[in-house]
This record gives sequence, C-alpha cells and structure tokens, in this order.
Amino acid sequence: MIETGGWLPVSILATSGLVGIVIFFLDEPRHRTRNFLNIFAALAKIVLVAIAIGGYVEGEEYEARFAFVLEFDLLLRVDAVSLLFAGLSSVLWLLTTIYAIGYLEDSPHRSRFFGFFSICVTATMGIAFAGNLITFVLFYELLTIATYPLVVHRGSEEALAAGRTYLIYTLGGGTALLVGVVWLHTIAGPIEFGPGGVLEQAASGNSWELRVIFAVLIGSLGVKAALVPLHGWLPVAMVAPAPVSALLHAVAVVKAGAFGIVRVVHYVYGSDFADSLNLLLPLAIIASITIVFGSLRALAQDDIKRRLAFSTVSQLSYITLGVAIVGPIAAVGALVHLVHQGVMKVTLFFCAGNLAETLGIHNVSELDGVARRMPVTMTAFTIGGLGMIGLPPIAGFISKWHLGLGAMEADFAWVIVILATSSLLNAAYFFPPIYAAWFKTPQVEYPPAPGRLETSWMLLVPAAATALMSFLAGALAGVPYSPLDIAELVAEVVYPP
Amino acid sequence: MSSPFEWLIFLPFAGGVITFLLPGKSRPWLALLLTVGTFAAAWWLASDVWREGPQGYALGGWEAPLGINLYADGLSALLLLTTSAVMTLASFYSLGYFSREAEASSWTEARAFVPLWLFLLGSLNALFVSRDLFNLYVALELLTIAGVALVALAGGATALRAGMRYLLAAFLASLLYLMGVALLYGEFGVLDLALIAEAAEGGTRAPVIALAFVFLGLGIKAALFPFHAWLPHAHASAPAPVSAVLSALVVKAAFYVILRLWVDVFADSVTAPAAQAAGALGAAGILWGSFQALREQRLKLVVAHSTVAQVGYLFLLFPLLTGVGEGAWRFDAWAGGVYHMMSHAFAKGALFLAAGTILYAYGNDQISAMRGLTRTLPITTVSFGIAGIALVGLPPSGSFIAKWMLLTATIESAQWWWAVVIGAGTLLSGAYVYRLVSAAFTPDTLPESIRPVPRVMEYASLILALTSLGLGLRAAEPFDLLEVGAPFSMIVAGVGT
Repeated sequence: MIETGGWLPVSILATSGLVGIVIFFLDEPRHRTRNFLNIFAALAKIVLVAIAIGGYVEGEEYEARFAFVLEFDLLLRVDAVSLLFAGLSSVLWLLTTIYAIGYLEDSPHRSRFFGFFSICVTATMGIAFAGNLITFVLFYELLTIATYPLVVHRGSEEALAAGRTYLIYTLGGGTALLVGVVWLHTIAGPIEFGPGGVLEQAASGNSWELRVIFAVLIGSLGVKAALVPLHGWLPVAMVAPAPVSALLHAVAVVKAGAFGIVRVVHYVYGSDFADSLNLLLPLAIIASITIVFGSLRALAQDDIKRRLAFSTVSQLSYITLGVAIVGPIAAVGALVHLVHQGVMKVTLFFCAGNLAETLGIHNVSELDGVARRMPVTMTAFTIGGLGMIGLPPIAGFISKWHLGLGAMEADFAWVIVILATSSLLNAAYFFPPIYAAWFKTPQVEYPPAPGRLETSWMLLVPAAATALMSFLAGALAGVPYSPLDIAELVAEVVYPP
Repeated sequence: MSSPFEWLIFLPFAGGVITFLLPGKSRPWLALLLTVGTFAAAWWLASDVWREGPQGYALGGWEAPLGINLYADGLSALLLLTTSAVMTLASFYSLGYFSREAEASSWTEARAFVPLWLFLLGSLNALFVSRDLFNLYVALELLTIAGVALVALAGGATALRAGMRYLLAAFLASLLYLMGVALLYGEFGVLDLALIAEAAEGGTRAPVIALAFVFLGLGIKAALFPFHAWLPHAHASAPAPVSAVLSALVVKAAFYVILRLWVDVFADSVTAPAAQAAGALGAAGILWGSFQALREQRLKLVVAHSTVAQVGYLFLLFPLLTGVGEGAWRFDAWAGGVYHMMSHAFAKGALFLAAGTILYAYGNDQISAMRGLTRTLPITTVSFGIAGIALVGLPPSGSFIAKWMLLTATIESAQWWWAVVIGAGTLLSGAYVYRLVSAAFTPDTLPESIRPVPRVMEYASLILALTSLGLGLRAAEPFDLLEVGAPFSMIVAGVGT
C-alpha cells in the first residue's frame, strides 16, 4: 500500500513514464508539444528528486509497496544510494533531452525516439528506487527492452546488427540474472535491500550455494556493467545517435549494471559477509583486468566514439573495484565515481556528437586544430578528458583519490599500481586528441559557423553545462549535498561507524 | 435461469443456432453481444467462486452418477474468464476483418463464421465446467468439429489440406481418449471425476493402458511434441480470429483436461518416470518449436510454431510436481503453469490478430514484407512488441511471473535441468521474436498501396497484448482466485523453506 510518503518515488517514475506514453501517441509534426512535455517532465522530475534528497537528509522515509504475487511485493523506496543514482539520472535526462531535441531536428521518428527515451529514464528511476530484488529485476529488464529501439533507431544494417549484438548480450545476462535471483529467493525468501547486507542472518548456512549465486548475479549484472569479457556489446552499440550513446554510457544502461553490483554487494550480501565468503578479491581482480584492458583497447581506436566506449569499459570498473574493496573510503570512491563518471562521460559524448554533427568529424586523426573552429566544445572535451585522467580539481580526481586511499586502508597496495597504470593509459589516449585540437594546424578548411555560436545552442549548452558540473563536482566536493557528500552518507549507512 | 453455469452454456449454444437462422448482416453483431454476455456470466461465476469457494451445479437437478454435475473452482473460473475475454476481443476484431469493405468472398465466410464461432465458445465453456470423463469427451469433440470447420472456412487448397490433417489427427486423438475412457469406466464403474478420484484414493488402480490411451489422445490435441505436426499449418492458414482462438484457447483446453486428470484424479496412479517423460517431451517441444519458428519465412507460421514451443512449457510442470519432501514449490509449479496458459493465451491471441492485420493490409505475411511496419501500422507494431515481450517471458508480463514460479519450483525440487530448458527456451524465443521486431524496424520503400485497416482490428490486438502485460503487473488477485479449490496449498515460504 502507498503510505503518504510513498507518492514521491511513484511520481518520480510517473513524470517520465506518463510523458513517454503520451509522446508515443503524438503525431510526428507536433514537435512543440512534444518538446514542451519533455522539458516540463524533466524539470518536474528534478524538483521531485530534490525534494526527496532534502526530505531524506531530514530523516523522512518514502516507501511505496504494492502486492505483486504470492509473498512478493513491488517495492519502491528512497534511500541514500538510490538518490545518488536518481539525482544523476534526472539532471542528465534534462540535459540529454535538450541535446537530443537539437541533435534530431528534422529527422524522422522523433515521437518514437522520445517515447522510448522516456521509458528508458523511467526504468532507470525504477532501478534506482527498487527496494527489493524482484522490483530491481523488473525494471532492469524493462531497460533492456526500451533501449533496443534506440540502438536501432537509424534502421541501417549496421544499427540492426548492433541491436542484435546488444540483445544477445543483455537477454543472456537477463536470463542468468533471473535464474540467480530466483535461486537466491529459494534459499533466503523474499529479499529486501538492507544496508550492510541481509544474507548473513537469512542464509549463512549455504555458503557454497551463496558463492555460486554471487557469481551468477555478478556475471549477469557484469554484462551491462561491461566487465571483461562481457563488454563486447558496448563498443558495437556506438552506431546509435549521440544522445543515445550519452544515455547508454553515462546514465542508464551501464550504470544500471554497476548500480546492481553495488546493490548486490552492499545491500544483499554485505561486504563483510561477501568478503568472508572470499568473493571480493576475485571481483577486484576482474575489475582491475577490465580497467587495464579497456584503456589498452581505447588507445588503439581512431573513431572517437569507439575510443570513448572502451574508455567507458575501463572507467566503469572503477566502481566495481571500489565496491570490491572492503572499507568505507573505497565505497565512497565507488559511489562518487558512479556520478562523476556519468557527468564526465556524458560531456565527452556530447562533444563527440557536436563534432560529428557540425563538422562531420568522427575520428581522432581529423581533430587537428579543430579547437579554433569550436572552442567551447573542445574546452568541454578537455575538461572531461582531464577529469577522466584524474587531474585535480576535476571530479575524476576525487574518485581516484578515495579509491587509492581505500585500497591502502584495506592493504590492497597492488590496486595503486592498477590505478597509476590506468591513469597513464588514460593520459595516453586523451592527450593526443586534446593536443591535436588545440595546437596543431588544421588540415582542411572547416565550414564557417552558422551564426554567432559555433553550433546550435541546444548542442552547445548541455556540453558546457556538464563540463561545468564535472569541474564543480571536483572543486566544490566538500560542499553539502555534493555527490561526495551524499556518497559519504551512503558509506556511513553501509559501514556503520 | 438463476445460475451462471446455465448462462455460460446456454448463451453461446443457443446463439449459434439462432444466428444460423438470422440474416447474415446482423450475425457478427449478435455474436459480439453474446460473447460479451458470456464474459459477464464468467465474471459472475468467478465472483461466486471468489466469495464462496468452488461452485457445483447439478444440471436439471440430477446428481451424479445419474445426472450431469458441473463444477467450477478457481482454475475453471480463470480459464472461463480468459476464454470469454479473448473471444470477445477477437469478435470485435472480426467485425473489421469480415467487414463489408472486404471482398465478397470474405463476406460469405463471415456468414458461416458466426454460428461456428459461438459453438466453439460454448464447447470451451462446457469443457471448463465439466466434471466427468464422458462430458469432457463430448466437449472436446464439439470443439474439434467447430475448430476444423473454422480452419476450412478460409477456403483454398492449403486451408483445406491443413483442415483435413487437423481433422484426422483430432479424430485419432478422440478415438484414443474414448478407448481410454471406456477402459476406465470398466475399472471404476463411474465417470464422474470426483467419484473416480475417491475410488482411486480407496486403492483402486487405474489400468496403465487406459491412462496411456487417455493422455496420448489428449497429448495429440494439445500438440505435445512429437504429435504437433498438425498444428502449424492448421493454425497458420485459418482466418485471423480463428488462428487466434485456436492457438490461444483450443490447444490449452486439451492441456487443461490433462492437468485436471493428472493432478486432481490420477495423482496416485501416475508415476515419477511418466512425469519426467512428459517433461522431456515438453522440453523437446520447446526446442523444436523454437527452431522451426526461427526458420520459417511466413509470419503466421512463425507464430504457430511458437505455440508448439510455448505449450512445451506447460508440460514441464508435471515433473516439477514430483520431488522429495514437502514444500510450497508444488503450488509454484502448478500455478506457474496455469498462469503461463493465461498469459500466453492473451499474448498469442494478440500476435495472431496482429499477424492477421498485416496479412489483411499487405496481402501477404512474408517476414521480409514487414519492413517499414512501424510507419504503416504503428499500433499493430506496438501490439507485436508487447506480445513478443510476453512470449519471451520478460517482465513486466504474466509469462515472466509464470517463469519465475516454474524456476522457483525447479530449484526447490532440485531438478535444475529444467531450469536449463527454461533458460534456453527464453533465449530461443527471444531470437524468433527478435526476427519479427527487427524486420518491423527496418525502413524500406513503402509498398505502393496498402489496404486501409479498420481501427477496431488494430485496437483489439493492442488490448489483448496489454492484458498479457497487465497480468504481470498485478498478479495478486488472479493467484488468490486460483488458490480457491487448488490441489496444492500456497504455503508462504519462510526462511529456508
């Protein structure tokens, strides 16, 4: 039943869900109505999430529970970690929507595109607020379904092939996830997420079964979180339009996988209990392999979006790595990176989209001198890139700092080596494009800017805004309600002092 | 007439006779009125069952063994509701399908269609409330005759050949069933299911040969692998609303009889090896049907082969009912199977109606001809997509819940190999649904002219598809109803059960 406070998570889902359904039925030419609805819903969602953050910090509880089937409930509940993910998604949804309106101007099927786009965001919100495993699985699979039409949006042979790869990976992962979750339920009953884990009391006797289930769950969530060797779908899915890549890589899909790993480790098993089953060291090793592997592959890519995609493979595993290291500081690093990586990566994808849309540039080798023609875009790109490398005071530094400290605290000194290697590799694949753009002379004459701005404002403003956010999230990390602040709140709940 | 039982049987049968005498124009409307009326009667019966428990009714006031006893528990009530709901929507659809704008030939089809349609509805209703072996035989026989005639209605060599194969298979099946019933009557001296069950509990064993005949006959009618060969062409060449109810309901009716006899009557006589064998045939059906669905080039044949696969899932519940010890999983297996029947009925109904719409508009149903469907028939595409989700068993669909429960039962009864089958079936169905959906997303030069489709056809399939989705969002009430008079109790699984 819905308590009074339960309306909040429900309406946070409903803002995008209802708008998505309405948009499906809008005729193609009614773009004013569609844009208004989109922007209005996105703003409303941000306001509602802000209310939830404020209320939660004040100690309010928001929970909506519906009878689902037998002893299972559908449960939406606001907790600290859900707010981190929801806050990220709601802000980036607004910016990506503005970007997408500009990007898709005059292209066909916009009602379909924005309809599924809204459903994706709704599913993401559902994943964020899911209070138990069955609700999580429900929205996780909904996300798979709703993303497919976006990947194949262009309808080209290449897009359809990418969509096929995407479905093979994610449906395979989804099936395994279902088996794992059902299995867990048969030994532990209905599982509601609880900070610090719930399994130690519920099912500590079946340690071997719990180990296998953990492997199944992480393996299936690892598909979306792009853990090596399950990452294959991600670079291929790059054929999607730029706003979709931004959504896939920064907000919805990959984060859903990483967020799921956070939930399983910290809210189902509990990191101490998982560690006592010897599950976390293998996870840390897989994450480390992924970090290095992704960076190495990124080095070799000339296509900008593919380079960014492999960079995502690598960066996402920072989250997994932080989850796999026991201790509050590493947890803070993981959680804050969930937000930071999102903001920085979306910036980079916006910039890549701007280059492609304005100048037709798709490859790193074509970037020579492009900063003279598109200074704002390249400034944003530079901020995002430097942040990924982990230079202070940009957001990425905060994540890496906490990860490193956490690793030292847990006596995982080898993790420092991984972090250093990865930072060097990040520099190796982000500095060349940045250098080329600012300091080399252009090889070709670029077409002149259409107006006073270097490209449409709807493409420029989101990129500039997220770049600014990446900077501020790092520079003002100590301010209340910053991502770091909320991440520390989560760590306090997960590791009670 | 003061009992819903009377209305359920009287309305369609009387309607069948009356419409036969009426002028052709008014027939479809009367058919629609009567299906709606039947739905109301089913609702009445279901609410009686819900409030007061299983309902019995002695036809003409004569109790068994002299008279005919009708009976409805939660299972019957749910299937009656499903039947009348699917047939009501299919009747709406047929208003458009056989509309006056259609060619003259289909108008004559429509004249014969309505009386047969109502006979089919009446025999389904009679079957679901029958409580003795001979009445079940009569209902099955009526069902076959109406079904075969409806298939042949499409005319043309293909339909007639398919209809003839269907007729021969179904008559062979009836003969086997009748022989089995005769042997059982020889052993027990009664036909009433409750009386036989009593005798069986008292120690009288049913002869193995009799059970073999009965289940073999019913297995043929339910298209259990390897007795399914009659199904694909019969279902694929019938007129669209007929295909829909044959796949959605008629096949399920035969399965319902198997379920009743196996679980309620001969539970002590059937052996564990027999249960494993039934499961193995079901599994073979899942794999075989899915592979065929992957290979077919015609839409309706894909959908028909998928029925063979989906029926396979139902037979998995028999081995899952065995197993050592006590546990709630028997209810999970049984109810999961029944819920799969329902969800699949709505989804398959929607798919066949949508396929019929495409055939109606494009003039053929080659999958390659579905290109550009998102533009020409958006509502039909949506129905296709949603019904596809239900076929694969993704959330939020009723089939997801069914799969969840079947999986729970496989793990709790320690028969993990069936979980592998369910997983493989999910991925295979994902593959053939993907074929259809990706074809719809492929843009193409539009066909020069498509026949305008009456709106009612598109919406009828959409509502059916949405119902299969609704079953996944709100399963609490259907399961409460299903529990009324259920052979297994739903023990709320505590920790470690």
